[in-house]
Amino acid sequence: MNAGIPLNYFLILATIMFFVGVYGFLTRRNLITILMSVELILNSVNINFLAFNRYLFPHKLEGLFFSLFVIAVAASEAAVAIAIIINIYRRFTTINVEDVNVMKF
Amino acid sequence: MEIQQSMINFSYTAWIPLIPFLIFILLGLAGNKLKPRLSGLIGTSGLAVITVLSYVTAWLYFFEGGKVGDTYQKITAINTTWLQFTENLHVDLGVLLDPISVMMLIVITTVSLMVHIYSLGYMKGEKGFERFFAFLSLFSFSMLGLVLATNIFQMYIFWELVGVSSYLLIGFYYQRPSAVRAAKKAFIVTRFADLGFLIGILLLSFNTKTFDFITLTSTDGPAIAGSGGITFMGLSVITWSMIFVYMGGVGKSAMFPFHIWLPDAMEGPTPVSALIHAATMVVAGVYLVARMFPIYVFAAPAALEVVSYVGAFSSLFAAVIACTQTDIKRVLAYSTMSQIGYMMFALGVSGYGGHEGLGFMASMFHLFTHSMFKALLFLGAGAIIHSVHSNYMTDMGGLRKYLPITHITFLIACLTIAGIPPLSGFFSKDEILAAAFHHNKILFAVEYAVAGITAFYMFRLYFNIFWGEERHYHHTPHEAPATMTIPLIILAIGAAFSGLIPFNEFVTSDGKAFETEIEWIVAVPSVLIALAGITAAFVLYSKKSLVPDRLAATFKYAYKWSYNKFYIDELYLFVTKKIIFRYISEPVAWFDRHIVDATMNSIATVTQFASFRIRRFQSGQLQKYAFVFVTGIVLLALIFIYLWK
Amino acid sequence: MTTNQIMFILFSAMIIVFSILTVTSQKILRAAVYLLFVLVSTAGLYFMLNFQFLAAVQLTLYAGGIVVLIIFSILLTSHIDHKFESLGWKKSLFSALAVISGAILSIVTILDYKFSATTEAAKEIDMRLIGNSLLSVEKDGYVLPFEVISILLLAAMIAAIVIAKKGAPKKLESQTLKQ
Repeated sequence: MNAGIPLNYFLILATIMFFVGVYGFLTRRNLITILMSVELILNSVNINFLAFNRYLFPHKLEGLFFSLFVIAVAASEAAVAIAIIINIYRRFTTINVEDVNVMKF
Repeated sequence: MEIQQSMINFSYTAWIPLIPFLIFILLGLAGNKLKPRLSGLIGTSGLAVITVLSYVTAWLYFFEGGKVGDTYQKITAINTTWLQFTENLHVDLGVLLDPISVMMLIVITTVSLMVHIYSLGYMKGEKGFERFFAFLSLFSFSMLGLVLATNIFQMYIFWELVGVSSYLLIGFYYQRPSAVRAAKKAFIVTRFADLGFLIGILLLSFNTKTFDFITLTSTDGPAIAGSGGITFMGLSVITWSMIFVYMGGVGKSAMFPFHIWLPDAMEGPTPVSALIHAATMVVAGVYLVARMFPIYVFAAPAALEVVSYVGAFSSLFAAVIACTQTDIKRVLAYSTMSQIGYMMFALGVSGYGGHEGLGFMASMFHLFTHSMFKALLFLGAGAIIHSVHSNYMTDMGGLRKYLPITHITFLIACLTIAGIPPLSGFFSKDEILAAAFHHNKILFAVEYAVAGITAFYMFRLYFNIFWGEERHYHHTPHEAPATMTIPLIILAIGAAFSGLIPFNEFVTSDGKAFETEIEWIVAVPSVLIALAGITAAFVLYSKKSLVPDRLAATFKYAYKWSYNKFYIDELYLFVTKKIIFRYISEPVAWFDRHIVDATMNSIATVTQFASFRIRRFQSGQLQKYAFVFVTGIVLLALIFIYLWK
Repeated sequence: MTTNQIMFILFSAMIIVFSILTVTSQKILRAAVYLLFVLVSTAGLYFMLNFQFLAAVQLTLYAGGIVVLIIFSILLTSHIDHKFESLGWKKSLFSALAVISGAILSIVTILDYKFSATTEAAKEIDMRLIGNSLLSVEKDGYVLPFEVISILLLAAMIAAIVIAKKGAPKKLESQTLKQ
C-alpha cells in the first residue's frame, strides 16, 4: 500500500515538523503560540509512531494505541494549560512569556 | 642519702598546704556573705593551725625521727601520681621533708601568721577585706606546695601558682592604674623567666628520664653519675639545663637582669610586701638552687659560677641604688634584692659535704634570719605609713617621739641587717663572708663593701624617719593598734635571738652536722665596716644638714644614675617598644591582617562574585531554560552517538 | 508516479509549509488557523497509512476540540488584530542554530540506520479489533492504560475548572468566640 514511499520519508517529515515546533517554542512571545508549538511537536511524534507501526510491525497495534493515548494526554494538557494561561492573564494582564519571570533570583 | 621509711608517719603533713587551700575556696566563694571580721578570723586561725603543725613537724623531724645514723634523711611523706602520660612520664604530687623544706615550713608559716594578724588591723575597713585574706591563703598554699614538692614538675606548678597569687595581691587595689601596671609587669617578667625554667626542666628530665628530686639529687643517680656525653659550646647538657633552671630563679628572686618588677611590686598593700616580696616568694629562687644543689656542685660547676656572679653583682647593684631612693618601701625592696644576692652568692661559693658546704649552710641561715628581720622592717614601714599617710622620707622626721614600739623594733631590725653582734644578722652574714673568703677573694671584697653600704643606707632610712627635723603633720601621728604591734614585737624577738640557733647541726648540704667557729679575721672587719656605715649615716642624716645635698651635687652623675635605677627600666622599654614591637610585632601583625585575613576574605569575595554572575541563569525566562535544554540534548546526542567510540 | 506518492508529497508540503507559517506568523489568529490546516493534513497522512480510526480521532479531537479551545483562549486574552513587536533577532538566531543543528543530527542518524522490516503479514484493523484490545485483559490488552487515561481526563477536567475559576468570595470576618 505504501510501496512507493520509503519509511525514511515519513521519518524525515516528522523530524522537520518536530524541529519546527521546537523553534516555535523557543522563539514565540505569546504563551498561546508556545502551546501551539507544543501541539506540533506532539503531532510529529504521532506520525513517527504510526509510520513505524505500519512499516516495521504491521501485525501489531502498539503504535496505534500509543498515538491514541498521546492524543488523549495532549488534549487534557492543553485544557489545563489554557486554564493556567487564563489565570496568568488575570494576574499579570499580559501573556507575554518574557513578562512572567517572577520566579527568579 | 637513702630513702627510708621513717618510723614516724609524716603523712599528716599533707594537711599543711591543704588547709589554706580550703580556706581560699571558702573565702573566695562565700567571703562577701560573711562579715569581714569573721573572714579575717577564719584565715588567721587556719594559718595558726598550720603554724602549730609545722612546729610539731619540725620538732619531730629534727629531734625525733629525721635522722638515720648521723644524716638527716629526705623523707617522702606522701606521693601520688596525678597525671600519667606514659609509663615513664608522669606528674606526681607529694610532700618531701628534708632539712631545708622543714626550715622553710617554719619560715613561711610563722611570717604568714604574723602578716595575717597584722592585716587584721592594717586592712580594717578596706573594701575587699575578705578577698585579701582569700588571696593570702592562696599564696600560703602555693608557697607551701612549692617547698614541699617531691618532683621538679610539681615545683613548677606551684611556682606558677605563686606568681599568680603575687599578681592578684600586687594588683589588689585594682582601681589604681599604677597597681595594675605593676601587677602585669611582675607577672610578665617572672613568666618570661619561667620560660627558661621550663626549658631547663625539659632538658634535664629528657636526659635523666625522671622528675623526682630524690632520684635527681642522689650522687649515683642519672643526673650526676650519668651526665657527660653531649656537650654544646663546651658545656655539658646538664650544665645548660641548670643554667636555664637558674634563669627561673633569677626572675622569681629579682636578680639582675630580671629585677625590674620588684620595686614596682611595692604598689601592693604593705602586708603583701612583707609576706611575698621580702620573706617568702622572692627566696623561691634561692630555694630552687638549694634543692638542686648536688647537681649544681657535681655536674654543673660552671652554672654554680654563674649563680655566684649574678648574686654578687645584684647585691652591689641594689645597694648602690638604695642609697638615693626616697620612697621607704622602695629602699626596703632594693635591700631585699641585695640580701637575696647575698644568699645566691653564698650558694655559689659553696662546696659539698662537711666544712666545704659552709656556703650552703650560711645561705640557708641567712634566708631564715632575713625573713624575720625583713618582714619586721616592712611591717614597721607599714605602721609608719599608716600613721603619716605618706610613703616618702621627705614627709617624715622625728617620729621616735610618737611611735615608740615601732621605733624600737625598727631599730633592732636595722642593727640586725647591718650585722652588729649579738643579733642574728651578724652570725648569718659572717658565715657568708667566711665562706666567700675561702673561695673567691675578689667576690669577697665586693660583698664586704656591700655590707658597709648596707649599713649606710639602712641607717640613712632610719635616721630620716625617726630623727631629724619634724615635718608638719596633718594630725599627730599615733602608734599603731595592738594587732599591728604584737607581730612587730614577736618578729623582733625572732630577729634578735634566732642567731643562736645552731644551723650547722640541722641544715647542711649533705645532712651531716659539722663544726664551725667564728673566724675573727672575717668577723672583726665586718663589724668595723658596719659601724663605719652607721656613723656616716648618723653624721649626714640625724640632724638637718646641707652635707647630703652638697654630696649629691658633687657626685652629680653618680647620684643621677643611682636615683634613676641605672635606667634599666628605660632600656627594657626601649628594647620592647622600639625594637621588638616595631620590627617584629608590627610586621607580623601586618602579615596577619593583610595576608592571612585577606586570603580568607578573598575566598568569600570570590565566591560572592561568582554567585552574582551565576545568578543570571535563574532568569525566570521560560524560553531560555528551554533553549539550554535543547542545546544540551543535541550536544549529548552528538557526543554519545558519534564521538564516544 | 503513483497516486500515493502524489498524495504524500501534497500532504507533507502542506504540513511543512503551514507549520513554518504557524511559528512565524505575526498574528495569532492566523497562526491558529494554520495550525488547523497542519492538523487536518496530518489526519490525511493517517488515512494514507490506513489508520482510519485514528484519523477520525485526530480530526475530532485536535481539529475540532483543541483548536477551538485555543481560539477561545486567544479571544479571551488578547485583541485579535494585535500586532506583535518584532522578535528579538538574537533569540531567533540562536534558536534557529540549535534547531537546525538538531535537525541535521537527527536526519543523518535516521539515514544511517538500516531499518529491518518484518515478514509477517499485516493485520486488518477494524473497529471490533480496536474495541476488544482496549478492554482486553490478555497479553495484548490495553485496559490498564485505558483506565489510567480516564482518570487523567477526570483530573484534567477538575484541574482546569479549579485553576480557571475566579477567586473564592471574601470570607466574612469570623466572630471570635468569647469564652
